[in-house]
Amino acid sequence: MADEFLLQVGGVSKAFGGVQAITNLSFRLFKGEILGVIGPNGSGKTTLVNLITGFVRPDSGKVFYKARNITGLQPHKIANLGLTRTFQIARPYDSLPAFKNLIVPLNSPRVRRTRGGKLGDIEAVAIDMLEEVGFERDARVPYKTAGSLPLGYLKRLELARCIALKPDIIICDEIFSGLSMSEITSMIPFLEKLHLEGITMMMIEHRLRELFRLTDRVMVMNFGEKIAEGMPQEVIENKEVRKAYLGTETS
Amino acid sequence: MLTGDRRKKRLDRSIKVRTEGLYAVSSWGEMVYLIAPRFVLIVGLFTLPLVLDMYWQRVLCSAGIYALLALGFDFLAEFVGLVCLGGAFFVGVGGYISGLLNAYYGWPPLLSIPVASVAGAVISTLILLPCLRLRGIYFAIVSFMFPLFAVYIIVALGVFGSTEGISALATFPNIWIEQYLILVAVILSLFGIRRLVSEDIGVIFQGIKDNDQAVKASGINITAYRTKAVFITALIGCFGGAYLSHLYGWLGLSLFAMDFSIMPIAAAVMGGMGSLVGPVLGAFILTPLSEALRGFGQLRVVLYSLILIGFIVYKPEGLMNYLQRKYHQFELWEKV
Amino acid sequence: MDIVIYGTVNSIVFALIAVGFTLVYGVSRIPNFAHGSIYVLVGFLTWSFVNDLRMNYALAILLSLTIAAVVGFIMYRFILIRLRGMATSEIIASFAVSLVILEGLRMQGIGGFKGFIGPFYVLRPFIEGKMNIWGVFVDFQRLIIIGGGIAVVGLLWLFTHHTKMGLSLRAIAQDERAAMMLGVNSDRTAMISLSIGSALAGLAAVIILPLGSVTAEAGYKVLIYALAVSIIGGLGSWAGAVLASFVIGFAMKISTAMFGAVWESVVLVGTIILILLFKPSGLLGKQKELEERV
Ligand SMILES: Nc1ncnc2c1ncn2[C@@H]1O[C@H](COP(=O)(O)OP(=O)(O)O)[C@@H](O)[C@H]1O
Ligand SMILES: [Mg+2]
Repeated sequence: MADEFLLQVGGVSKAFGGVQAITNLSFRLFKGEILGVIGPNGSGKTTLVNLITGFVRPDSGKVFYKARNITGLQPHKIANLGLTRTFQIARPYDSLPAFKNLIVPLNSPRVRRTRGGKLGDIEAVAIDMLEEVGFERDARVPYKTAGSLPLGYLKRLELARCIALKPDIIICDEIFSGLSMSEITSMIPFLEKLHLEGITMMMIEHRLRELFRLTDRVMVMNFGEKIAEGMPQEVIENKEVRKAYLGTETS
Repeated sequence: MLTGDRRKKRLDRSIKVRTEGLYAVSSWGEMVYLIAPRFVLIVGLFTLPLVLDMYWQRVLCSAGIYALLALGFDFLAEFVGLVCLGGAFFVGVGGYISGLLNAYYGWPPLLSIPVASVAGAVISTLILLPCLRLRGIYFAIVSFMFPLFAVYIIVALGVFGSTEGISALATFPNIWIEQYLILVAVILSLFGIRRLVSEDIGVIFQGIKDNDQAVKASGINITAYRTKAVFITALIGCFGGAYLSHLYGWLGLSLFAMDFSIMPIAAAVMGGMGSLVGPVLGAFILTPLSEALRGFGQLRVVLYSLILIGFIVYKPEGLMNYLQRKYHQFELWEKV
Repeated sequence: MDIVIYGTVNSIVFALIAVGFTLVYGVSRIPNFAHGSIYVLVGFLTWSFVNDLRMNYALAILLSLTIAAVVGFIMYRFILIRLRGMATSEIIASFAVSLVILEGLRMQGIGGFKGFIGPFYVLRPFIEGKMNIWGVFVDFQRLIIIGGGIAVVGLLWLFTHHTKMGLSLRAIAQDERAAMMLGVNSDRTAMISLSIGSALAGLAAVIILPLGSVTAEAGYKVLIYALAVSIIGGLGSWAGAVLASFVIGFAMKISTAMFGAVWESVVLVGTIILILLFKPSGLLGKQKELEERV
């Protein structure tokens, strides 16, 4: 594990009305790693993603990305820095064909910059990109309107939207949830490939077995706090974690 | 649709099915099939001034203004997701700027109109800017208040002729310029916007409408794009207003009248929201109709409101979407 | 002292006007743009019943309010029910209804109908006379407005917190899906809310209108006021509506005292824009920061 970290979250807290969703949470995301984040429903995982990516402003605490303070920056600015996220509930553009969904990120300043302002045949790029995440071109899936696609494709579309931005970090919010076993097994190699290409990832998951195939470090959250962090094996043994989370699921 | 042992079956014409977005035109027949509607529309509009008498020529001109407004409303609502209930604001701003340039500085209409369209669009976009953050119905309601706000301010400050307005502005050199100017503007805006919504920027607009959070996550500044969209709409609307003030040689508070906000909406709903052509046609149907009833005072408003209710409740797809569907389908009877 | 008393009256006028609109939006999420037109309709109906049909004043008011409720019911049953969930269509359709009513009232010449035009339609105050309060002369009608406003808000509170129907209205307002699963009929409650909301618009009319005359144009103004109050307070929030009424009520009175009456409306809209700039969902709005949850 390299010492260099890309993302540092320092003591963030967030309350919604009376609900304390995140309490004084700190962690680091190292360059090139896949960090798993687990925790029961409502423990504040999605809120954490929202805080990092600018969709929600923290009440206190700071977020640093590549040694730059990005706290309170607008979501689109953060995305343009290469820090991307998927949504737990997929957010496609229902009325557009799937490949046109990618036209949006492909027009972002970040992509324009890397492509030197010229976009070329952007639709071909979009379709290639979709094929890469598993939209069968022969079956004309990329041309179907997003609103008509089953969940499996929508989750991959979420991922494709991040990849289109040529990101440094992808934060996946429960990208496996709602998928069948075979869909998950087909997605894992793809995630591994992204990882090999050097993309740093943070994966929020409930499916522990699949998650542990990908990650070597896991953070556990409960009631908005970090209760454990470490190697998967260590974490599972941890008493507090068993009580809070695994206790309800495995034993 | 069952009668005896036969049933009616609807099929899409093959040209639409075979291609997805890309038209591979292979025969003259298909080319005519695709071009005919546009041709009929353009030629039809352009011959109207030749066959109408003086009174109806004027009506045609105001129908053109309503068509521009309806087009702008449809574009913003269906392709960007901003429901603007205050189209009159654009009319007023454009009309006042153009009229004032003429009244105070003596600019001829053919110069003041383009300047007022651009300047008006910039100004109204800047004024609406703070509201672009608002979502859904909040934006609708606030935009509804803007024309009224403008009226209140003009009255309170007592400027620009206050409640009286300013009359004796320059009108157009002749009736042909008058008519073809607005007709060309309508056609250009219509095809321009149709083109726009199919380009990347249009895709982004649609994305903002479908799911603004996802657009943010894609690294796109939605406020910047909404601003562009509002600017385009304002440009069209301000042109309409600027043209209007010279059409009647008069500017006044009624440029901000609710008619300019609501009639275009009625036209858009009647013509078919989301089709862009529909709202234009709707305006060319509704304006003469309401003009014919002008003698009956408020009956005019009551009538187009009733039409509006009727369409929105019983035929929400509107005329144009219905016709387009019919045009692209053919029906046949088949044995069961 | 002037400003305090008249500001309070003004604020309560706003609250009365907005309470029906807020109720409807809170329960059924329908922005009822016909609100102002029903206000005016009740004004004219009451006037007609009293002056044309020589009806007893109280009876006329009761009858007009009933008609208002029926209009609300009809509007929901035959128009809005088919547009549920499409906020834009709801706005457009209800505003079209409003235009039909308001412009219909001004329509001349059909069936010998003269149209309600001009400042000749005046409702009698409930009690004539004035009273001296801390050195300011206040007419009884204004005191009735204060009393009426407090009574209406209070009764509504009792109704929504202590009756079965009121509780189901509140349940729908809080969580439509859950309420429906528990057997609350969403269409029925929406219908009821529209009837009550319309009757409340009418009630506001009969309490407030004796201060001036009944005109069709007032319908647009009342709609704007209702929208202003509920936007500033946060759509659908009761406490927000009351708070916003006082904010606007006093802002307008103070600006009138300082700059003159013409600035009143400018201040009104200016306040809206300013508040929305800093709080895009109104003072006490519950619009979520991000709809996505869990
Ligand atoms: N926009 C919001 N408004 C109010 N409460 C919220 C909002 N988002 C999340 N919460 C609350 O914060 C807590 C954490 O939610 P979330 O982060 O979605 O948990 P997780 O993703 O771990 O299941 C929950 O109690 C949830 O109800
Ligand atoms: Mg979550």
